Amino acid sequence: MRFEWFIAIRYLREGRAQTALVLGGTTVGVAVLIFLTALISGLQRTLVAQTLSAQAHVLVKAPERVARPLPSPDRVADHVEKVPDRVRSIEQWQQVLASIGTLPGVVAATPTAAGAAFASRGPATKSVTLRGIDPESFARVIDVVPKMTSGRFALEGAEAIIGTVLASDLGVGVGDKVRVATPEGRGDVFTVSGVFDLGNKEVNARWVFVPLRSAQTLLDIPGGATTIEVKVDEIFEAERMAGEITRRTGLSADSWMELNRQLLVGLRSQSASSWMIQVLVVLAVALGIASVLGVSVIQKSREIGILKATGTSTGAIQRIFLLEGALVGGAGSVLGAVIGSGMAVAFARLARGPTGDPLFPVDLTPGLYLGAAAVAILTGTLAAWFPATRAARLEPAEVIRYG
Amino acid sequence: MGEAGADVLRLEGITRDFGEGEARSRVLRGVDFSLRRGEFAALMGPSGSWKSTLLHLMGLLDKPTGGRVLLDGQDTGTLDDDGLTRCRGRTLGFVFQFHHLLPGFTALENVLIPMAADEGRIEPSMRERARALLDRVGLASRAGARATTLSGGQAQRVAIARSLAMAPKIVLADEPTGNLDTQAADEVFSLLRDVNRDQRVTFLVVTHDRRLAERTDRIVELVDGRIVSDLPNEAR
Repeated sequence: MRFEWFIAIRYLREGRAQTALVLGGTTVGVAVLIFLTALISGLQRTLVAQTLSAQAHVLVKAPERVARPLPSPDRVADHVEKVPDRVRSIEQWQQVLASIGTLPGVVAATPTAAGAAFASRGPATKSVTLRGIDPESFARVIDVVPKMTSGRFALEGAEAIIGTVLASDLGVGVGDKVRVATPEGRGDVFTVSGVFDLGNKEVNARWVFVPLRSAQTLLDIPGGATTIEVKVDEIFEAERMAGEITRRTGLSADSWMELNRQLLVGLRSQSASSWMIQVLVVLAVALGIASVLGVSVIQKSREIGILKATGTSTGAIQRIFLLEGALVGGAGSVLGAVIGSGMAVAFARLARGPTGDPLFPVDLTPGLYLGAAAVAILTGTLAAWFPATRAARLEPAEVIRYG
Repeated sequence: MGEAGADVLRLEGITRDFGEGEARSRVLRGVDFSLRRGEFAALMGPSGSWKSTLLHLMGLLDKPTGGRVLLDGQDTGTLDDDGLTRCRGRTLGFVFQFHHLLPGFTALENVLIPMAADEGRIEPSMRERARALLDRVGLASRAGARATTLSGGQAQRVAIARSLAMAPKIVLADEPTGNLDTQAADEVFSLLRDVNRDQRVTFLVVTHDRRLAERTDRIVELVDGRIVSDLPNEAR
């Protein structure tokens, strides 16, 4: 066994009460670290996943039309009317789609033709968002297949896929017919081939998927696509990717982050406050370790003098106390990991939504444990630095003489 | 260097000041002194004659304000902190008045600590040597006892075993019997003397006890930081 380990372990065992105190403090600190991180990251992951369950990472649209007054020497325009919004296709969307598909970081892209419409069956009529899609590529952008509650996610001929709420509102199921018509009066009858639940009531009530070609006809944009929906591999890179797409295509591209600005601000504030709490906890742990080891150095001054007189080097004395700090950090991280995980799991079990389902899973990953252990050991070692240096500087003759 | 009769320790013009500015005072005022290999010398003097300070300077636990300490021919003033520690660990052994064993460790562990500190690790051979040294001081049966459970005489004998762990050339003992009753003091002193005879280890023993000093080869007297007499012990 290494000499420094032998002495450090013995000193920790010898100072039972002090060791228990400082170990207790470190354990609580690590437990809080693990609990908070698991909770916040689980919550955030769930929130982002829920948000993105019915949303592409980047939405590419035709640029907005801007009205400009014609220059005229004898007239001054005091008012410029905004161009009325109507469904417009992205020009040459096939080339745009191919170009976006080659961007590094893009996983999949799909064209959609979307516009307002009414869905009706018998006397029941609902205002809906008509979404003409290519089911195969669409499923690669939004993971809708596992969220089908009945039927299948496929569109052949005049078929439509609707949400659970709309299915209930209209009283239809798989195999039933639904009439979809635009406000301009173009309409068609579709057979429901599937019903989805994307975890968002609004989406489940309003989205009606039909084949791209059918939507193009109903929305009067023959061969057109109003949006290109893009999935990227790194979701928090979506904003940068949107900028890249705009630069490359000249089209308007919005990331999910842009479209959910408030959610993102909320997540960031949550992360910041969680960080602040964790930094304060680590600081408290560091101060605890430093003060207990500081007292230990004072109590052991004479012993340190004896160790030096009997051939222990200054470096070895310093390493003994640094090791004590690191060992406390290491042991505290193991105990803290057990308690923190227990707290997180218990919280996840106890905290349930109105339906009795767990609110969100906690994120207990190996990375979290390794990170917490690294922080605890590093904190222990750094906190021990001052007491260790003080111990190393003790003059043996003085402490032997005066204690 | 190191042959029989040669100086193993030499002090040349040693001075030591304490305090700063106007409070500064010189406590050792030019000490010249040497110890020959195998000698068993006593350092005597009244309280406050700075015997312990001189002993700490010889033991490289303290640095002189002026003069040189030569250990086995080497000028120790040229050594850095680690060099001094190494030199101290390998050449010198200490026995203090209050044994100064490490309380959380057993007798055996206290004896093996100087060896482990020097090597940086604990090896089985060190335990064997520590056990043999405890046997040498008559305490093999107490090897596993905590230092705090030993009597004064036993603790001091463990301290002697510890001082011999690195087979030092010199053992410096600061009133090793000062805290013991007469019988225990006699036993400890006899042990030191035996080690000196058997292993040719040089001893310098600080003592107040003239009766014990008379059992050494040479008596050095320090008064007010100066050596006032340095005579072979005629009684022997």
